[in-house]
Amino acid sequence: MRSALQQPFKTAVLVLVWGWLLFLVFTPNLLVVGASVMTRDPGSFIALPLSLDAYRQLLNPLYLDVFLHSLYMAAMTTLVCLLIGYPFAWALSKVPKQRQVLLIFLLIVPFWTNSLVRTYALKLILATNGLLNNALMGLGVIEEPLRLLYTEGAVIIGLVYLLLPFMILPLYSVFDDLREDYLRASHDLGAGRWSTFIHVIVPLTLPGVLAGIMLVLLPAMGLFFVPDILGGSRNLLVGNVIKNQFLDARNWPFGAAASILLTLAMAFLMFAHKLSKKRLGEDGV
Amino acid sequence: MKQTLLSLSNLTKQFDGKKVLDSLDLDILDGEFITLLGPSGCGKTTLLRMMAGFEHPDDGTITLGGQDLTHTPPEHRPLNTVFQNYALFPHMSVFDNVAYGLKMEKRPKDEINQRVEEALAMVQLEDFARRKPHQLSGGQQQRVAIARAVVKRPKLLLLDEPLSALDYKLRRTMQVELKRLQRELGITFVFVTHDQEEALSMSDRVVVLKDGVIQQLGTPREVYERPANLFTARFVGETNLFPGQVDRANGDDTVTVDVFGLKRTFRKPDFELREGQQLHVLLRPEDIRVLAPDEADGVAGKVVERNYKGSTLDSVIHLDDGTEVLASEFFDEDDPAFDYRLGEPVRVSWVDGWEWLLPEEAATFQEEASVDA
Repeated sequence: MRSALQQPFKTAVLVLVWGWLLFLVFTPNLLVVGASVMTRDPGSFIALPLSLDAYRQLLNPLYLDVFLHSLYMAAMTTLVCLLIGYPFAWALSKVPKQRQVLLIFLLIVPFWTNSLVRTYALKLILATNGLLNNALMGLGVIEEPLRLLYTEGAVIIGLVYLLLPFMILPLYSVFDDLREDYLRASHDLGAGRWSTFIHVIVPLTLPGVLAGIMLVLLPAMGLFFVPDILGGSRNLLVGNVIKNQFLDARNWPFGAAASILLTLAMAFLMFAHKLSKKRLGEDGV
Repeated sequence: MKQTLLSLSNLTKQFDGKKVLDSLDLDILDGEFITLLGPSGCGKTTLLRMMAGFEHPDDGTITLGGQDLTHTPPEHRPLNTVFQNYALFPHMSVFDNVAYGLKMEKRPKDEINQRVEEALAMVQLEDFARRKPHQLSGGQQQRVAIARAVVKRPKLLLLDEPLSALDYKLRRTMQVELKRLQRELGITFVFVTHDQEEALSMSDRVVVLKDGVIQQLGTPREVYERPANLFTARFVGETNLFPGQVDRANGDDTVTVDVFGLKRTFRKPDFELREGQQLHVLLRPEDIRVLAPDEADGVAGKVVERNYKGSTLDSVIHLDDGTEVLASEFFDEDDPAFDYRLGEPVRVSWVDGWEWLLPEEAATFQEEASVDA
């Protein structure tokens, strides 16, 4: 065995990676866990003694309502993203290769603009006196402007707009890998289009669906600025609760506990995703 | 006389203006093992896909037992395919893969179980029913693919280079296995390959394809011993092509041909001959006799390469005019010292009557490079 000193590059890389993980991932998360089991303190934010009060507070019906409503909006966002993203990604994988690159590029272009700015742009479109209402009235479709802004729908539209690419990209990746031969084999064995879709295409694209859900559902519960700009006071996300606890209410233990709730949900989804990949043998051989 | 099962007539297909199949006619007989043989890009895979229904011809018809299938989708054709890379559904167990076709037919559960078990027993994989495809070896996956295709009792089984992913030894085993299955099941096999050895050893008939046109259709023996043209002669097996010139046609169905200055008497070929005409004298390496340099017969040359093959000794001999000759000789039990040194002078001859004559062809072939081994 060669000693670590004889492989300076390898050692440096390993130290960098482990150092990064330790100081920028592990430690902050540990601090969040630590904060969640401490007591609120007006002076230094958190203080001893240790307590599970923050978690008990999570069960408060008031917050439970916020969480459930937040989960509902995030789930609707995910569903809409899936319904749009699935056929979109499928079609994308069918386009000639060179054009695929261009289309994926176009999909990524909006990321170059700050999402806050894009959300304000959406506000201009959805406003009572906004582009959409004016256009619809101009076309004579509606008489009175629709109330779009500050509704649950507006929040979901905003979330879908920001998160759709995160659904499309993993789905595109599984559709791109989906070998034409599997579909041919299915037809060859007597399956029509619908049977092939249900028995072959859906199971084979499931890892992409779960990856997409992972990338949309949890951020959808955390993007607090979307309800801030589009949603009004009744359509809060878990992200708003966390932000409020840290910045406004100064209840750090409670904010930390709410964060951990989100982290656990993430862990659960990752586990399901891994399981689905294992079923396809991608972890095996 | 066997009956025609699948009849292809006037099939034409273009991709991006390039003709892949050119007015192709072919009758596949009931119960035969027929092989489509050709280099990559010759149209053999396109032809197979058309039979399966994955591609549609621009022109022409496909009929199965008199029923027009030309525009029938694959799911309604009574034939099944074994794919090149097996295309086993990775999310299903071996059992579910094999059962898939029967489930699509909505067969009763008992019947499905029984038929799947029979099919797996036939390929000796009864104990692997619960496994996933990725837990099987290449040869086992191959067997599952075959079981999955034959469990539906198709009239015709299409096999798209099914052995190309296997190593040499396993490929030989599977060749024998496939032959056995075909005999036992009595199903017509249409087999696609670019491996001429595989084609010769397995098939009842071989279709040699090039540029979407059938070059020759015949038994393996006909294709090897009596190739219809230079392409077939070169593609199937190793070949020595010597330039010959007709000296004179004799009355007794023989012809005297000048080869390397030797006057040899050959069987008269099917094509027209005139005196002084150039032609090709085709001799397989095993037809060549290598003689001692002091023999009177034959053409002088020297050994430039020798290749010990176990049962044969293969050598390459350069004649004095630079022509390269391949020779493959069986070991002579009476002569244990039988061998050559490199550079050793020898004389090259052959047994008259084992040759095959082909006319000069207008186009010169320089396609060896495009023929993949």
